Amino acid sequence: MKHIDEYRDREMVQSLCRQLDKTVKQPVRIMEVCGTHTMSIFRHGIREMLPAPVRLISGPGCPVCVTPAGTIDAFIRLAYRDKTIVATFGDMIRVPGSGQSLADARAAGCRVEMVYSPMDALVLAQKNPDAMVVFFSIGFETTTPTIAATVLEAARLELNNFCIFPANRIMPPPLAALMEDPALEVDGLLCPGHVSVITGSEAFRFLVDDYGLACAIGGFEPADILLAILALVGQVQTGQPDVENCYGRAVTPAGNQRAREIAEQVFIPVDSRWRGLGMIPVSGLAVRPEFARFDATVRLDIEGHEIEEPKGCLCGSILKGIHEPPDCPLFGTRCTPATPIGPCMVSAEGTCAAWQRYGGILHP
Amino acid sequence: MAAFCTREQAMKEKNILLDHGSGGLAAGELISGLFLEYLDNPVLARMEDAAVLDNPGGRLAFSTDSYVVDPLFFAGGDIGELAVNGTINDLAMQGATPLALSLGLIIEEGLEMEVLERIIASIARACRYAGVEVVTGDTKVVPRGKADRIFINTSGIGVVPEKADIGANRIRENDVILLSGSLAGHGITILTSRAGLQVEGGLASDTRPLHFLVQRLLAEHGTAVHAMRDPTRGGLGTTLAELARAGGLCMEIEERDIPLRSAVRAACELMGLDPLYLANEGKCVVIAAPEQAKEILAAMRSVEEGKNSRIIGRVTRQYPGRVVLTTIAGGRRLVEPLTGDPLPRIC
Amino acid sequence: MCLAIPMRVIEIQKGSDDLLVPPVAVVDAGGMHREVRLDLVDRMPEVGDYLIIHAGFAINCLDAENAEINLRLMREMAEKGDGDRPVIRKGQQRR
Repeated sequence: MKHIDEYRDREMVQSLCRQLDKTVKQPVRIMEVCGTHTMSIFRHGIREMLPAPVRLISGPGCPVCVTPAGTIDAFIRLAYRDKTIVATFGDMIRVPGSGQSLADARAAGCRVEMVYSPMDALVLAQKNPDAMVVFFSIGFETTTPTIAATVLEAARLELNNFCIFPANRIMPPPLAALMEDPALEVDGLLCPGHVSVITGSEAFRFLVDDYGLACAIGGFEPADILLAILALVGQVQTGQPDVENCYGRAVTPAGNQRAREIAEQVFIPVDSRWRGLGMIPVSGLAVRPEFARFDATVRLDIEGHEIEEPKGCLCGSILKGIHEPPDCPLFGTRCTPATPIGPCMVSAEGTCAAWQRYGGILHP
Repeated sequence: MAAFCTREQAMKEKNILLDHGSGGLAAGELISGLFLEYLDNPVLARMEDAAVLDNPGGRLAFSTDSYVVDPLFFAGGDIGELAVNGTINDLAMQGATPLALSLGLIIEEGLEMEVLERIIASIARACRYAGVEVVTGDTKVVPRGKADRIFINTSGIGVVPEKADIGANRIRENDVILLSGSLAGHGITILTSRAGLQVEGGLASDTRPLHFLVQRLLAEHGTAVHAMRDPTRGGLGTTLAELARAGGLCMEIEERDIPLRSAVRAACELMGLDPLYLANEGKCVVIAAPEQAKEILAAMRSVEEGKNSRIIGRVTRQYPGRVVLTTIAGGRRLVEPLTGDPLPRIC
Repeated sequence: MCLAIPMRVIEIQKGSDDLLVPPVAVVDAGGMHREVRLDLVDRMPEVGDYLIIHAGFAINCLDAENAEINLRLMREMAEKGDGDRPVIRKGQQRR
């Protein structure tokens, strides 16, 4: 596969590792905030290849993990409504709220449909005119425009039985919140490549200017990730933080303005609660009043409630990179991929789930 | 023996009725006009309560499996073919040559007769190809909504050759791990047949009987074959994890040696699926003595269903009870057994 | 957080005469193809271009020229053996 295979070439990857080995002169702590980066790092065994001074920390970049249990509960309650079909990305199916998951609701007789694209949820509404189709709208800057485009399409088609349950989030605010945490020890940030496709690499400039944080935009193949790590190590060691775009084939400094405009037509920024991190100002998205007829929170009766985070769970500090999964007393004992308790275990790309799936024993 | 009623009589209704499972006239017409028409053989044709078979002598393997696949027809196969090959393969993984199959159908009222005929014809075709016969059967019809169109159970018995001794307990350090062809064809085909996940081009189920390949292997290299498994649900990853656990040894595999068709790989990349955990319906993992690795690989490749066989790894003691994968990029990671069905993801 | 892969455009479908209907492309990777929406791309792709596909939408066109630069840089880094500060800042960013 062109534009994938070149970046997995074993000889090149190993040479990049050797180069990294030669370059690194001091401990460098790098946070990757994107769950897809986390998955790729585990899937390709990249942690194993890195020299000891380079430490990777997984941050809060999984939209499933950061969705509060109360939000999931509210969506599951929608599934129990009469003549309602709920649709969701596969990522959300097994994620428990405070009790049930969508898979449980399906087993109890609710109509829960898994979709690959938000457009598939719209098609579902067209095919089921007697039912209300509610789509669980999750995701960061990359996914939000796809859902906005779907809402615009629903408006164009004048669909009356389609709405979304908005739980989208914006990436920069939690990064700022993390940087404000004195307990956080991070030297560099592996910036999320596909969020940057939309936002542009300059969206991360404030981390350099305000916090002196080294930043590199990385793609998702092993060589991409290593190149970005090399850039970060260089910045940290020379004391010259910057935003380096190491994913130039997909990311521009200004990003995809058209996609942003489409997202802004439909959504408006609001304060938002993150599982494990708490309330963060202007970090979420609500549907604009003009599109209220596609907003489940307006059209349908939804009671929200806050759920306490499970006791003993260290996900909050794991999301901040202060702890690693094995530090948590619940990890691998009460909290497993089959019986997840904390947000980092509930999603396949959560830090704890990735550690569990791809195994900790090979880690240095 | 001639059927007492014709296909036309059996097919006179457009849909399956509850009566077809009643044991009465309609049931008789269905059995005679449809099942015997396609699956005719002397044992089945006697239509007694149990099939009576000659005693082949030696050890017998006996296995059962149920098939509830949705959709019933998919690229590369259908539920009927799957039901024949699946049970044959369970027998074959113990080295057995299949002798006879049973066929149990649970049909939802209203199933189109034409669909049932296509499935029975496919079962007949798969049996002919595999050289095995359905010798006994049963049909039940349940009211609409009590089943999803049709469920099939097949059981099979097979004869195990004298010198075959196959089991996870025979796996030894330094054994080679072989795979009979490319991964994940069945799993990705079924998954992408769902609404919204549709992709086109290059995807097909790999459903195939494996007993010819196994016969060839055992005839030439009997005792050198230590263990065999077909990585169906749970995929290669789960199968190897089970073998590692059972044998208390480490399975070390090389990702770049695992055959994967490009369309399958692309679909997996697009939907965030790991081909190591997707189902196969015509592949086997063979764990064999290293001294005969080359010959065993050649034997596997000498049959059509094994022509893409590869040595994908080796048994070691490095991490007892675990599977370690060297990735394409040269990293290493553990392969844990699957938890929960693989779901496509966008994150 | 956002799984996306590059796929090659093999067909652009204009759909209908209604200008409001966004065009759709058929994209291919390894012989597997599917339809994707083009609502979000900042320029209309041509057959042969690569698009970055996420959740059934093209979220951008892949810049082939920059991919070459990307790759050349990686190869240079890989060949480098002197342990100097890696110079990868220039030439990385798109126009």
